[in-house]
Amino acid sequence: MAEPRVIAEPRVIIVGAGPAGVRAAEVLVASGVRPVVIDEGRRDGGQIYRRQPEGFTRGYDSLYGTEADRALSLHETFDGLKDKIDYRPDTLVWNISQGRVWTNANGRVDDLEYDALLLCTGATDRVMPVKGWQYAGVFSLGASQVALKSQAVSIGRRVVFMGSGPLLYLVASQYVKAGANVVAVLDTAPFFARIKALPKLLAEPGVLWNGIMLTRMLQKSGVRVMTGVKPLEILGEPETGVSSLQFEAGGKVHEIACDAVAMGHHLRPETQLADLARCAFRFDAVTRQWLPVVDADGRSSVDGVYLAGDGARILGARSAEASGQLAAMTLLSDFGIAASDRWALRQAVANYARFATGLAEAFPWPHEQIADLADDVVLCRCEGVTVGEMRRVDAREANRAKAFNRVGMGRCQGRYCGLAGAEVLAAARDLPVEAIGRLRGQAPVKPISVGVAEDEA
Amino acid sequence: MNGRFTRLAETDRPKVNIIVDGQPVQAMAGDTLMVAMLSSGTSLRSAEFGPEKRAGFCLMGACQDCWVWTADGGRLRACSTPVENGQQISTSQPEVTWPNHG
Ligand SMILES: Cc1cc2nc3c(=O)[nH]c(=O)nc-3n(C[C@H](O)[C@H](O)[C@H](O)COP(=O)(O)OP(=O)(O)OC[C@H]3O[C@@H](n4cnc5c(N)ncnc54)[C@H](O)[C@@H]3O)c2cc1C
Ligand code: FES
Repeated sequence: MAEPRVIAEPRVIIVGAGPAGVRAAEVLVASGVRPVVIDEGRRDGGQIYRRQPEGFTRGYDSLYGTEADRALSLHETFDGLKDKIDYRPDTLVWNISQGRVWTNANGRVDDLEYDALLLCTGATDRVMPVKGWQYAGVFSLGASQVALKSQAVSIGRRVVFMGSGPLLYLVASQYVKAGANVVAVLDTAPFFARIKALPKLLAEPGVLWNGIMLTRMLQKSGVRVMTGVKPLEILGEPETGVSSLQFEAGGKVHEIACDAVAMGHHLRPETQLADLARCAFRFDAVTRQWLPVVDADGRSSVDGVYLAGDGARILGARSAEASGQLAAMTLLSDFGIAASDRWALRQAVANYARFATGLAEAFPWPHEQIADLADDVVLCRCEGVTVGEMRRVDAREANRAKAFNRVGMGRCQGRYCGLAGAEVLAAARDLPVEAIGRLRGQAPVKPISVGVAEDEA
Repeated sequence: MNGRFTRLAETDRPKVNIIVDGQPVQAMAGDTLMVAMLSSGTSLRSAEFGPEKRAGFCLMGACQDCWVWTADGGRLRACSTPVENGQQISTSQPEVTWPNHG
């Protein structure tokens, strides 16, 4: 925005009460703006600083480890903001259109007009399909952490962590500390990728050090940690679920008995709302994902729509706080309310971006393994569509393929199959993955009960 | 029978009782329905497009793999719905009943 859009009291809506949304709200409130803060969760905190239900008694150290102080600060900040904002927990934003946000809170539908919209929608796991991943007992990596953090349970009695990325080691170590039985941590990334990425990882030496300590802790506790792994098959029974996992490493086939598998390859941003708000997207070659276009200050391509945190790109929790503040300051200055110097925050976010690129290179998305999956592997868990069906589809573009084979149309709306589906199709057509395009976000971004949308007056 | 999930802490909470497919299940206040059901059983429902049982996948409201139903046919997302004492849950979708006209 070149000229400030002067509106006496702009109506600002923030979607997401994780680190990005909370810090953004704090900045706005300090300048006298009273934003609406909407979050689908029952409590604030978002993913990393997810709060346990009332009545649970574990302390901050046990829940958040090295990040306990940051968690406490974020929660206290939000508690202090509650009577200065219009906070709507337990409320899903399921559409954005015509300058309005459409919400659903336990069946009650509402729409709210905004002058400025700040999307802080966070991320979900990026997963790679494996033969047998439809069995009960296979969960996303994030799921395994949610189980522990918010419910104090382990997803199984013999748990394998498989995939890649920093969260793989983090969650496995949280399981070990909490007394769960972790039988193996299997990383698809080769170890040398980490060495190569070291210069970029040194952008955040503290975070890097924490990561190294985690791996050491796992090895010391006797957990089998292997790199350069190729997953082969999750074995099990339809009735009872997972019983073991087969994989290849060091030229040999291994099998490990387990009753739970937590799988994830780092994260993917939740961008459906940005899409519905008509934000432009770009292909990011390092992560092989489509990301909403965002400038160095947090503006999207659409006037009045701002993006922050992992929902814009995966830069981690610390960056989410900084980018939330930054986007809120930009918003204030665009509306002629307050102009503060954003230089330091811009620098901080740029540094986190360098670190995040290092992580993406150290723990790459194994697209060649996906291209190699057998025809009978389930690609879409929701509707049982196989990799072979994707290969045979009469299409070369993601949305067209979806119209034929429904990959991206099921319960998860493409969150857990979309990226892998694009890799399968790209390899089968011998096209670069960006040529396959991206699944467009559609309203409602999550299913809402039939009847809800109509019967509310 | 052993459940799929194991409790690691927070086990001093008050007990609550729910009914799943007509069978009593004991849970704890603050549990999600999913944790309540998978602490004593191994699955939540049957897949619609395959032979296997399902037990959820994401636990954060993103995959919708964890749907169960109330006695009157309402759909619940087990991973984000807290248990309530006396709740009656069905792991298969009750037959759709249409309102009577006239
Ligand atoms: C399961 C999981 C676990 C993670 N654990 C860690 C960890 O331990 N350490 C770490 O460094 N990083 C972790 N991350 C990475 C994490 O994404 C960031 O570190 C950090 O949480 C990002 O903050 P954020 O504010 O951008 O988003 P989040 O913290 O994800 O917050 C986004 C919020 O937006 C809400 N939201 C999204 N869409 C809608 C909608 N349509 N309607 C209403 N509300 C909506 C969500 O409910 C959520 O509360 C984790 C990510 C995931 C997915
Ligand atoms: S387990 Fe994914 S929505 Fe409940």
